[in-house]
Formats: sequence, structure tokens, C-alpha cells
Amino acid sequence: MRDRQASRDARRAREFEAFVAGAAGRLLHAATLLTGEAPDDSPRARRLLAPTLAHTYARWDRLRGEDPYECARQYLATRFAHEAWRHYGAVGRARPHPRSPLAELAPQERLILVLRMFEGVAEEQTAALLGLPVERVHAICDRATATVLHPARRSVPRAVGTKVASS
Amino acid sequence: MNRAQREAAVRRILEQVPVPVPPGLHAEAVRRGSRLLRRRLLAHRLLWLLLCAAAVAFTVWALRAQPWVEPPSQTTPPLTGW
Repeated sequence: MRDRQASRDARRAREFEAFVAGAAGRLLHAATLLTGEAPDDSPRARRLLAPTLAHTYARWDRLRGEDPYECARQYLATRFAHEAWRHYGAVGRARPHPRSPLAELAPQERLILVLRMFEGVAEEQTAALLGLPVERVHAICDRATATVLHPARRSVPRAVGTKVASS
Repeated sequence: MNRAQREAAVRRILEQVPVPVPPGLHAEAVRRGSRLLRRRLLAHRLLWLLLCAAAVAFTVWALRAQPWVEPPSQTTPPLTGW
């Protein structure tokens, strides 16, 4: 039984190393976009990524053919959502860095935009992951897209909002 | 811009700056993940131990209290044959 355990450990270590080599860059990029930090200085994104990778390593044997990248992405998204909710309105809450492309968005908008656009997760899956209705995810994604593409429009009162509300 | 063009533009903006990966990431992930696994294993073993202890305690109690036996009567039984 020890041999089986040792071989399983070795296999897990090998496969996990390959996974980190391939996927860590993209996951870190997603985490940096989520935290709204500058690309070259992202301690919070790294602090988000490390437990994500640890969690994926711990769950490696139980994945059984599921996609580890999807497992990591799901954990990253939910962890960010929990932390953002916990730090909401807290004193000393970190502001997004102005050099980040998503600096003007709220945390929830960043999360949905990164999941939908950067990661390409479908709307129903995003809604299921975050516990929101699909229409709300769609509306938030549209609003975030408009804000990112046309930053000056942020101060204009919502002409876009009426179009969304009729759905 | 229609929806597809908007989405493509946003994707371009999101993808534009790649982030450098710090070197010690894999080692730290393995270390923390192993710790998670060990703790989970320990928690499982403790819970099984607790379950077995509860089962043993229940068996001992049942053997001593013998709840399936009818308790002795608390009132005088009816007198017959006199």
C-alpha cells in the first residue's frame, strides 16, 4: 500500500508541476485583473493565487478527469468574491491602480467581466458560479464593457440603464 | 459597434499586458497543498475515531441497561388462585 501511495504522490507531483508551468501565468493574469492592480506589482493577486494553487493541489486526486484549470478558476473567483464582500466599505480597503485597465469598475463588475470576457465562461455558468440570475450577469457585463470601452461616459447619468431595465 | 466587436475590443484590452510569474510559486503551492491534505486526512481520521468511540459507548450502554427487557412492575400484580 505504501508503494501505491508513493506512486500516486509522484504522479500528482508530476502532473501538478506541468499544470503550474502551463496555467499559472494565465491564472495570475486573471487574478491581477480581478484585484485591479498594476501588472508589474500585484501582491494581492499573488496572495489570491497561492491558496488557489494549493487548493487545486489538494484536490488533485479527487478531480478524476475534471479540468484542473476549471477547478482553479472556480476557486479563484469565489475566493475573490468572498474577500471583496468582506472588505466592502472597510477602512484602508485597497483602491485599484490607475494603470490597470479595469480600474474604474466595482469588484463585482471586474469579476464578471474577467470571467465572461477574459476566461470565456458562458453566461449560465458564470451566473451559477456566483449565485446571481443570468439576466443580472448579462446586465453587469454589458455595463462593465461599456465602462471599459468608453471611460469618459462614467460620469454621464445612465442613458444605458434604461435599455438594460427593459429586459 | 455591435456586440461582437465590443467584446473583441474588451478582450484585446484585457489581454494586453502579460504578468510575470514569480519563481517560487510551484514550491509554495505544493507545500501549502500538502499541508491542506495532511490536515484533511487528520480530520477524517479523528472523525472516524469519534464515530467508532460513539459506537463502542452505545454498545456498552446497551449491554448494561438492556432496554429490550421489560422492567419490573411498579404496581402489585393481580392476585390469582386464592
